[in-house]
Amino acid sequence: MKPTNIQDPEYFHKVVDCQYACPAHTPVPEYIRLIAEGRYTEAYMINWDSNVFPGVLGRTCDRPCEPACRRGRIDEEPVAICRLKRVAADNRDDVIPYMPQGPFPPNGKKVALIGGGPASLTVARDLAPLGYEVHLFDEQKLGGGFMRSQIPAFRLPEHVLNDEVNYILRLGIHTQFEHYVESLKDVLEKDYDAVFVGTGAPRGRDLPDLPGRQEGDANIHIGINWLGSVAFEHTTNIGKRVIVLGGGNTAMDCCRTARRLGGEDVKVIVRSPFASMKASPWEKEDAQHEDIPIIDNHVPRSFVVATDEEWSVVSDQWLAGEPIPDEAKLRVDENPHSAIRNPQLRGMTFEKVEAVYDENGKRSLVPTGEPEVFFPADDVLIAVGQENSFPWIERTVGVDFDKWEMPVVDKTTFQSTNPRVFFGGDAAFGPENVITAVAHGHQAAVSIDLFCNGKNLLTERLHPMTNLISQKMGIHEWAYDSAVDEYDRLVVPQADKTVTLRDRKKEVELGFDPLAGYKEAERCLNCDVQTVFEAPKCIECDACVDICPTACITFTTDGDESDLRSRTKVPALNISQDIYVADGLKTGRVMVKDEDVCLHCGLCAERCPTAAWDMQKFWYNVTKAGEVKYNVVQITRNESAV
Amino acid sequence: MTYVRSTFRHPALPKNDLGYTVDYYEGSLSTLCAGCGHDSINAAIVEACWQMNIEPHKVAKLSGIGCSSKSPAYFLSNSHGFNSVHGRMPSVATGANLANRDLIYFGVSGDGDTASIGMGQFVHVVRRNLNMVYLVMNNGCYGLTKGQDSATADAGSKSKAGSVNLFEAIDLASLAIELGATFVGQSFSGDKDQLIPLMKAAMSHKGFAFLNVISPCVTFNNNAGSTKSYDYVREHVEITGTMDFVPMMREITANYEAGDVSDITMHDGSEIRLHKLQKDWDPTNRRSAMNAVQNAKDKSEILTGLLYIDESSQDLHELINTSDIALNSLPQSLLTPGSDALAKLNASLR
Repeated sequence: MKPTNIQDPEYFHKVVDCQYACPAHTPVPEYIRLIAEGRYTEAYMINWDSNVFPGVLGRTCDRPCEPACRRGRIDEEPVAICRLKRVAADNRDDVIPYMPQGPFPPNGKKVALIGGGPASLTVARDLAPLGYEVHLFDEQKLGGGFMRSQIPAFRLPEHVLNDEVNYILRLGIHTQFEHYVESLKDVLEKDYDAVFVGTGAPRGRDLPDLPGRQEGDANIHIGINWLGSVAFEHTTNIGKRVIVLGGGNTAMDCCRTARRLGGEDVKVIVRSPFASMKASPWEKEDAQHEDIPIIDNHVPRSFVVATDEEWSVVSDQWLAGEPIPDEAKLRVDENPHSAIRNPQLRGMTFEKVEAVYDENGKRSLVPTGEPEVFFPADDVLIAVGQENSFPWIERTVGVDFDKWEMPVVDKTTFQSTNPRVFFGGDAAFGPENVITAVAHGHQAAVSIDLFCNGKNLLTERLHPMTNLISQKMGIHEWAYDSAVDEYDRLVVPQADKTVTLRDRKKEVELGFDPLAGYKEAERCLNCDVQTVFEAPKCIECDACVDICPTACITFTTDGDESDLRSRTKVPALNISQDIYVADGLKTGRVMVKDEDVCLHCGLCAERCPTAAWDMQKFWYNVTKAGEVKYNVVQITRNESAV
Repeated sequence: MTYVRSTFRHPALPKNDLGYTVDYYEGSLSTLCAGCGHDSINAAIVEACWQMNIEPHKVAKLSGIGCSSKSPAYFLSNSHGFNSVHGRMPSVATGANLANRDLIYFGVSGDGDTASIGMGQFVHVVRRNLNMVYLVMNNGCYGLTKGQDSATADAGSKSKAGSVNLFEAIDLASLAIELGATFVGQSFSGDKDQLIPLMKAAMSHKGFAFLNVISPCVTFNNNAGSTKSYDYVREHVEITGTMDFVPMMREITANYEAGDVSDITMHDGSEIRLHKLQKDWDPTNRRSAMNAVQNAKDKSEILTGLLYIDESSQDLHELINTSDIALNSLPQSLLTPGSDALAKLNASLR
């Protein structure tokens, strides 16, 4: 097999599973080590450089890093990366001195950002220090976009969001809040050098064709609109019995918010099986913890709407979770509902289904044939997905749309077919999450900066900055804490339910205290400290093979990749993880290291008599616009110099 | 200072027939030098015992003094062990074996412990054909006292300080064959593919199984000019043949070309399937084995692999007709028959 090219920055990047999985490629192990050392401000700034909203993300991130975490392949659970980020945010000192300080000398370029969410704010932060005049438009009265309107305050306190939005706005952003942009054409006609569209996916899906939808409209709400209305305090209460339709994180936020606005009997009812719901497992747990049952495999069939007179006759036959009695069904269905008679929403009917998988693993929901069942409700929240909507973009301004009415956007440059218009966040490729929006924002800012300087957006794009530094300090001493702590993942403490359910703004999670943060940080395997092998130094004594706790290293005769994978000490069956192959050994064999479950404990290097193995810290930093560095290492050095 | 080995193991480690993963056979963390050949031999012992489905409590590991003799701490933590006086492991092994014949006795010694201070005990345990494995981790120097030449250092071998050894080496393998050892093998710590089957066969052998394993001292004897360095040994190894050890009741799956292969059936029905590479060498013929070792030596080669085996031999228990049952399993009435029995015995001798 071709020897591994460790000069390729992506090789070691892939080994840092968490960083690689993060859309913004935040250097996770680096900031976790800083948290363990109690250097919260620096840990915060590493995050801020990379993901812009550490306090927000430390509470609400979708955490693509955690399923990827190597610890999860060795231990029962991954490192609590997300909540460690919050430890850095909660315990940081004043970080403003480490941020770029305006006013910045203007470079004469002007950009417009449509939408005030994470993608636009990221672009603003990256471009403002370069001297761009940045104009940010949003229809709401405050910045933050869906971070404000959709994430309930009991998960994300307002002051956390305000702090982090203000870190950006104080860079001299010209904000135009409560300004709904009605026409891209108008914006383009103004003298902006570039326009960034970060308007999210603002339209919640409805179930317009279900019987009773119109008649019950007063008590049927679109989830994201309702959450926004709660956030801006237009809505302050809800009925006692609430059904939430949908199985994503929005459904979880809806049901938990409903519990705080007066909902006593709140249920989530979802089409798919519980295990394959889109919501993150921890959000489902949190909902269940608040006494919200999740009823799966139920497809909504109709809204039951009836006047008081009608309902008083049949209501004792319509029982929660029970099949609808035949005669009762007839009575209600036959009655035409008229607005004058003031029909009310009484509940919904559902068809039971089961998931059936074909030979390709494709799922279909097949009715079980059981009679439809009824669940009572005073209000229904529909959280069955959201979609993009660009009514304000004229189809004549050179921005092409595909057959799904999505803009045609380049996946690397985020440029649309109108070279002056860039997209990012949910607006670019449909609903994702905050961290993805931030990642888009960084790349769009790079593109906008190149574009405004007349450079090629692809060929003149800078590569990520990488570095490898040996951690050796002595025979058994490394510049990182190499020993592996073996205790279980710590649980984040929560405030008491009796308190949190009374106050919509009371944060549920209390976060790790500094000691718990230290302990959890110590579970990190330091996957960014790489095992680097130099074959010419190796005497093939097998010391590394024998000491490796997880049997990662094998010396064997060469073969093709699948052959080598079958002949490693334990077969290297996880093909998503690379094998590191080095040739040039005296016996003509090759060294094969399966990266899959390497603990990065450094014992191979400690046991190596010739230092053919070394532990080297790998640093990978995504290029930001204009190569502005908020280099935390720099902060430390300056401080220690003082 | 981090000298801690995680207890996390590869989640897909295979289990042997007893349901154990290989870590059940491990020992505590080695304090030998990084890169020591002994560690590699220890790992081979761990692997061999795991593959053989040996219950760790059925093994007694014995040693004398020296770097090599420290190593029983680094494998089979769940086995019996006795770290004896310098060069006196054979007598302790003999005593233990006579008392309890049901255990596998695995003796680990070094070139000093065997060829210098322990030579007297070594030659006698060989000629008595005690049922044990006697493994010498042979590095040609006294590593524990900073690398002076040992009795197995080859004449002409250069030490780390540059001095050349003037004296002839004691060739332990030849000596063992000469003295009547019934299983003799030679190997190299850096070749586990050879070492593990050899160990497995040695543990299955009934009688004295001697393994001379060249194990470079990475700190004091791995220099240019040394004949026990990793590089020198690799360049000068000549193998008698590759072998597979096939435990009793297993189907033979190894596939070699006909004609080159001979099977040696062991006393318990296990088989050594040998793929011979040396001409004019018959592992069951003592003279042929001696010649093969000598011929290799004349060519400055180190002959490794199985050298000699005699499966028809009688071990010490058979030779002196001891109890078939381990003493700890004998009922008290038989073990201490009482004063009447003693009086009878004494009377018979009058």
